[in-house]
Amino acid sequence: MSTSALLDIRGLRAGYGETEVLQGIDLTVSPGEIVAVLGSNGVGKSTLNRAMSGIVRARAGTIQFDGDAVENEKPSAIVARGLIHVPEGRRIFPNMTVSENLDLGSYRRATARRAANRDRIFSTFPRLFERRSQRAGTLSGGEQQMLAIGRGLMAEPKLIILDEPSLGLSPLLVEELFALIARINGEGMAVLLVEQNVVQSLEIANRAYILADGKFVMSGAAADIAADPALKRAYLGM
Amino acid sequence: MFTPAILIAAIFNGLLTGAVYALVALGLTLVYGVLHIINFAHGALLSAALFAAFFAFHQFGLDPYLAAFLLAPAFFACGYAFQRFVIGPASHGDDRNMLLVTLGIAIVIENALLYAFHADTRTIDVPYAFQSIDLGFTFLAVPRLVGFGAVFVVALLLWLIMAWTDTGKAIRAVAKERLGAELAGIDVAHIYAVTFGLGTACVAIAACLLIPTYYVNPSVGNAFVLIAFTIVVLGGMGSVPGALIGGLVTGVVESLSGLFLGDSLGQIGIFLIFILVLLVRPNGLFGAKA
Ligand SMILES: Nc1ncnc2c1ncn2[C@@H]1O[C@H](COP(=O)(O)OP(=O)(O)O)[C@@H](O)[C@H]1O
Ligand SMILES: [Mg+2]
Repeated sequence: MSTSALLDIRGLRAGYGETEVLQGIDLTVSPGEIVAVLGSNGVGKSTLNRAMSGIVRARAGTIQFDGDAVENEKPSAIVARGLIHVPEGRRIFPNMTVSENLDLGSYRRATARRAANRDRIFSTFPRLFERRSQRAGTLSGGEQQMLAIGRGLMAEPKLIILDEPSLGLSPLLVEELFALIARINGEGMAVLLVEQNVVQSLEIANRAYILADGKFVMSGAAADIAADPALKRAYLGM
Repeated sequence: MFTPAILIAAIFNGLLTGAVYALVALGLTLVYGVLHIINFAHGALLSAALFAAFFAFHQFGLDPYLAAFLLAPAFFACGYAFQRFVIGPASHGDDRNMLLVTLGIAIVIENALLYAFHADTRTIDVPYAFQSIDLGFTFLAVPRLVGFGAVFVVALLLWLIMAWTDTGKAIRAVAKERLGAELAGIDVAHIYAVTFGLGTACVAIAACLLIPTYYVNPSVGNAFVLIAFTIVVLGGMGSVPGALIGGLVTGVVESLSGLFLGDSLGQIGIFLIFILVLLVRPNGLFGAKA
């Protein structure tokens, strides 16, 4: 089955041990889109991301990326295809320098353009440039988040998944972050934005899905969802 | 009690012995630092490598120091294959299983060696075994000097790999942040296997440095690995500088306590220092704070 979608997930089920966290997920992302996945704590947003990047195995359903089935591939192969997951909690390499962290982002992909991409990321994040020789573990939370995103960008993603990038950032930094996401997307990269920060996510997203009880309970144009107070109250605790 | 010349000679000799301890410990600490398991097969692999070096000399007349250039890559490949195709798949991603599988491999290797070569102890005769260099106040054995130099070169090479190559950086990344590494596109199974291979190559080189003056039998590796394990804990589990410095310190302590307490009690000093260090620094000399 071929579709024009960059990412096409159908009937995805996944979980841990006895618990099935995702109970039949359908989701698409088209090239150039920002798609938001929203939902309260613990509903399975990160599990969905882990399933897409091969960390958690899909128990049923299909995941197509760029026209190919990837649900049985290992994480490194999925990265090689250009599906890049910037995880919750940053997961940077604390014992290595900022530059080394970025370089490892191109371990598998875009290796030949490493230096050029690193320069580009340094010009996007001047703070990272200032701290390029510092151990990443010594950076502030905001800087670590920038580094995690920068490391993801080093692979020249076709689709970048951002898992709660605004978590723990000051309101000012959150503003900066969302502006950055819009800018990355403006350069043509598709973004899957997983957030609890509903208002700002809906402002920059084209479409959104709302996850509750292992399923999407709502999906549609971001503007429509933003305009529906009852829905936000019911599923997003607002 | 002892003249300074004797003390200095003992320290020198300790450093030279310690270098080979350090190399065995280095392999152990690498695997621990990255895979977070104690490789119980390390001793058996050392015995196997000693047999390989023995037969390379005995059957083919290959000098052990030259054999190192063959055995290091060969044992790297063995280690890689063990981890990639046996330990990894058999443990289904559970670290505790991985540990048990290395124990199983140790038993298999040791018994295979016993079956093939019996419990006999063998030695080789190389012309330089008893050569030494005269420093005026003491003599330094040539094989030990070569060993010290070789370990220095191996440590330097390893440092270069870790600091400058993508594979080395990937090894460091996997050691500290496995999920982050996986999501950066690093194939963790491959990196685990490379690390296990490097650890096994260390053992092969150690065997080639030992065999000119040492002996081989199917369980000879275990005594070394007990000391190496002490060194790894002493230096800090998973710490490469800790293994190197811990190895040298251990060699010197052994040599000095041999001097003061007599040869048969030499190793008691090692365990005394071991307990003392752990009382003061529970995570070892170079270990991260818990
Ligand atoms: N590694 C794991 N093992 C077992 N259960 C897990 C694991 N990770 C998450 N869970 C459970 O799965 C559910 C969904 O978690 P998660 O996907 O992290 O939610 P979210 O990202 O939406 O906060 C939660 O109930 C959580 O406790
Ligand atoms: Mg989450």
